[in-house]
Amino acid sequence: MSIWTMITSMAVGLGRTCAIFFLTLLFSLPLGLIVALLRMSKNKVVSGITRFVISVLRGTPLMLQLLAVTYGPYYLFNISVSRNKLIPVVIAFSINYAAYFAEIYRGGIESMSPGQYEAAEILGYSKLQTFIHVILPQVFKRILPSVTNEIVTLVKDTSLAFTVSYQEMFTIGKQIANSQTSFLPFVIAGVFYFVFNAIVDFVMSKVEKKMDYYH
Amino acid sequence: MILKMSNIKKSFDGIEVLKDISLHVDQGEVVSIIGPSGSGKSTLLRCATFLETIDSGEISYMDKPAVTTDSSGAARYVGHKEMAQLKEYFSLVFQQFHLFPHRSVLQNIMDAPVKVLKRPKDVVKQEALDLLDKMGLTGRGDAYPYQLSGGQQQRVAIARALAMKPEILFFDEPTSALDPELTGEVLKVIRQLAEEKMTMVVVTHEMPFAKAVSNRVIFMDGGVIVEQGDPKEVFDNPKEERTKQFLRVFER
Repeated sequence: MSIWTMITSMAVGLGRTCAIFFLTLLFSLPLGLIVALLRMSKNKVVSGITRFVISVLRGTPLMLQLLAVTYGPYYLFNISVSRNKLIPVVIAFSINYAAYFAEIYRGGIESMSPGQYEAAEILGYSKLQTFIHVILPQVFKRILPSVTNEIVTLVKDTSLAFTVSYQEMFTIGKQIANSQTSFLPFVIAGVFYFVFNAIVDFVMSKVEKKMDYYH
Repeated sequence: MILKMSNIKKSFDGIEVLKDISLHVDQGEVVSIIGPSGSGKSTLLRCATFLETIDSGEISYMDKPAVTTDSSGAARYVGHKEMAQLKEYFSLVFQQFHLFPHRSVLQNIMDAPVKVLKRPKDVVKQEALDLLDKMGLTGRGDAYPYQLSGGQQQRVAIARALAMKPEILFFDEPTSALDPELTGEVLKVIRQLAEEKMTMVVVTHEMPFAKAVSNRVIFMDGGVIVEQGDPKEVFDNPKEERTKQFLRVFER
């Protein structure tokens, strides 16, 4: 098999890699915010449970969570494993990343000075208005570098989908590597991830620049 | 009577910070509150502006009660809706300004009148521009807070407070975070507001300012009002020993 054939067959899987990537961001970023708010809830039961869930999600391998979400329903409820593996993969990724994003959001929200809340309160803003117009925009700027970090990790983590045989780029590469007894597919995969992350870096630095209009 | 506070008590962790304080402010009055650190001046302002809740006592604005104390001795605040209305009667200028750093000067001033008071944007904008002129900040509407000096930021904060058209404006040590050079420009603005008969309560360490601008001076210490009255009387002829002692520090 020529290098070119390897590259093109693996590139076919890139679409699925991107699907995991974008869908995970789409769900985990808002979900993370909700989890962060639950984590900061004044209700001790709510914040306690959320804290525990976050610690489980961060304290166990994502690979294990992928297996659990994909095959768990079969073993627990005898529900057949869905043919489209994208659904369980995206669910597992979104939940896992939401846990990390939640802690990033929490750090950002808790770093805001009480003065911002007080100024908003004196001006008569409601709690929701304060959060949306005063707190969140500033939090967003503060957490951007940490979020970029997670996004870069997510690009590489998509390769974990091979554990449930979802046919994304790395899974295909691994199959070719096995059948051809060649290391080349892994090198190609490495280049793909590197280029992907170069693009992520570029986009995120643009976003950071855009937020640079104030200090 | 714009503000009436009666028998206010407030403790933090068992330490009584306000011990049965009563205070009223009439239309057009400028009241200065002076006193050493920890005397309860700022806490009094924070209670008046509902940033802190009182333990017992009564607070009313424009003769409308905000807090009353029932027979059991516990303070009862009025409901959310009434409170929102009462909050429109006052505004507060902070020591540390607390401008919104992600919003331009003009947005800082316009946001609340538009979003909270639901007033028409074009009218609010014109008023905001007029306020900037008045604050000596003509043409700085598009700047962001970080681009301004502390004195300019504080003047924007005053404009932001005035844009809400409050009946009474509170200042919590408005110049304490500023260089002596920048203090003057902020005091000048407050003095100008006093001449326009804006009702104000100013917690300050600027004694010459308090003496020159206010109609009444209140000296607080240890959570009580030790002495109050005409500024010339309080400053030149204090009756209480504690007041004399405090003012001597400023004569050096």
